[in-house]
Amino acid sequence: MTVETAEAPIFRDSEADRRHRAKWWTGRVVLYGALILWAVICLFPIYWTVTTAFKLQKDLLQGSVVPWLEYAPSWKGFASIGLSPDTIGIEMTPREEFLKRFMNSLIVSLSSSVLAVALGSLAAYGLSRFSYKFAWMRNDDISFFFLSQLILPPVVLALPFLVLYKALGLLDTRIGLILLTTLSVLPIVIWIMRDQFAGIPTELEEAALVDGLSVWGAFLTIILPIALPGMVAALILSLVLTWNEYFFAALLTSTHANTLPVMVASQTGSQGINWWSMAALSTAAILPLVVLGVALERFIIKGMAAGAVK
Amino acid sequence: MSTSDRLHVVTADDLPPSRVAFGRTIIWASGLLLLLSFALQTAQALHWVDLGLTTWRPTLYAYLVWAVCLCWGQVLMRGEQGKRVLFVLPAVLFVVSLTVFPLLFGILIALSDWNLSNPDGRKFNGTANIVRMWNDPFYWNALGNMVWYCLAIVVEYAIAFGLALMLNAQIRARKFFRVAFLLPLMLSPVAVSWMVGKSILDVRLGPIAQLSQWLGLGQPSFFGDPVVAMLTIMAMDAWTFIPFMMIMLLAGLQAIPQEVQEAARVDGASGWRGFWEVTFPLMLPVSVTAILIRVIFKLKLADIVITVTSGGPGGATDTVTSFIYREYRDRSNVGYGTLLAMVYLVIIIVAMTVLMKVADRFVRPRT
Repeated sequence: MTVETAEAPIFRDSEADRRHRAKWWTGRVVLYGALILWAVICLFPIYWTVTTAFKLQKDLLQGSVVPWLEYAPSWKGFASIGLSPDTIGIEMTPREEFLKRFMNSLIVSLSSSVLAVALGSLAAYGLSRFSYKFAWMRNDDISFFFLSQLILPPVVLALPFLVLYKALGLLDTRIGLILLTTLSVLPIVIWIMRDQFAGIPTELEEAALVDGLSVWGAFLTIILPIALPGMVAALILSLVLTWNEYFFAALLTSTHANTLPVMVASQTGSQGINWWSMAALSTAAILPLVVLGVALERFIIKGMAAGAVK
Repeated sequence: MSTSDRLHVVTADDLPPSRVAFGRTIIWASGLLLLLSFALQTAQALHWVDLGLTTWRPTLYAYLVWAVCLCWGQVLMRGEQGKRVLFVLPAVLFVVSLTVFPLLFGILIALSDWNLSNPDGRKFNGTANIVRMWNDPFYWNALGNMVWYCLAIVVEYAIAFGLALMLNAQIRARKFFRVAFLLPLMLSPVAVSWMVGKSILDVRLGPIAQLSQWLGLGQPSFFGDPVVAMLTIMAMDAWTFIPFMMIMLLAGLQAIPQEVQEAARVDGASGWRGFWEVTFPLMLPVSVTAILIRVIFKLKLADIVITVTSGGPGGATDTVTSFIYREYRDRSNVGYGTLLAMVYLVIIIVAMTVLMKVADRFVRPRT
């Protein structure tokens, strides 16, 4: 690492120093070049999705990329789902349709994330503090049992659930979908929260217990507030995963409870694809998460980094 | 038993016998209720009695009542110890009832011929599905594809490691790059793969095709040739999941003490050598965890394939999950699909166990 010093005219860099500086500059250029290249790879599809939503057919055929310069942005894409400024006031079936799917996505992802964080935090706390014995299973076995659910591919459960839900009348209901998405994120939540609780010293609860609180009282009033950032991280990570969940939703829902990804995937009309409406839908599907990601990036990184480093 | 608890609690539990008896009663009573409703509904399903029930919901409700009574009964019967069990019991009940039971039920389905649109219902057909699987070239093809997909993780890992190193270097606008690199993971793979797979990679109008024509490389085809199609799917999946590995590796890099790097530099190991002899060995445990988790996620790969290529051309991009999904959508036969999924599960469990053992052996001698 070179230290930038004020250049006085009397001191001249030796040949070796100059070479060193040139090398440092090349390194910087390569580094920033690579960073910017990857940032473009990451952001271009998002840019393309959002801008395509404002294009007309002729702009698409010409392959325009830059708005205002190459084409005039239009609201046609958003008008097709009833979200453009001139259609927002009018009653429209496409918008009703879209809002229904959007609400389904929102309800399913929120409730399953909250349920997973509640169940997962309790289990992780219990496993980090007490020793259990269910039949032959001890703490490590129970932890492994929870985490091993991660390996289970959704397709193994999908068809039995299809049959079971049909028998139980839960097919195409939000509750049925919530149960399955909760199950799919629960191992991840337990993984993150186990790490969180293990980092909190037990002396805190011991003090609380001496002061007369019960085990649950100590958990709710002392430990929960300390573990809150970890829980938020777990909640956000589950929100992201459940919002994007496609496989179960595609298989188990049809008309009432299907979510936004299912709606996006089923947009092939008989006369080809309406790119602008497709792009507007995709934009609506990814925008909440772009906002979430930019605003709460710190929590997501914290959630994913937990457990990686022991 | 509570001697090895990390949190040691001494409580004087003298539970009145009536309370213990009450706890036992509600557990047994609700258990009996569950058994009774299950028996009655089975009788109805076999057309022995007619109760006028259309779904199995009553059994579900009885199960819920039993689960609540079981939790409550623990506290009544075992006092303080029961309250501790209450932390883990709900999650255990939830997972067991949603995985173990459907899995057992799945074995039953796997050995039968069951077309959901057929009014005859389930027909036990023994090993016929297994024979059919053995002779199904598309299933073996999908399994072979999964091996290729998993091998692509090596490239993803190399890129993710490079990105993590860059984010860990002294750079400006670190926050911007971190957010930008993280975003692909957050976005719905279905929505993005629609836009990327069908619009950006469009052979006539897409920006990539235009760029390649402008450069005089001719018109590319991304989903025509089997190998290119698979590489495209791999690239799209990598785009989504590289940030995931990157974050884990970045956390690992940040956990390496600064002194270690400095000591290595003093000893003359800088740049390339310092990386291979100091950073990389220290990162091995994190790398193994990241790769293992990535493999697990890769084995579930389906939504991109289903939306973009639906397995084409000629099954070249099929994953096991997308194949079973289509198998069900086309023929609505749950029996055969479930058998394929069960076999896949067994293969995964065996492969992951071997992989974890190998990884353990690989990491241990160096750390």
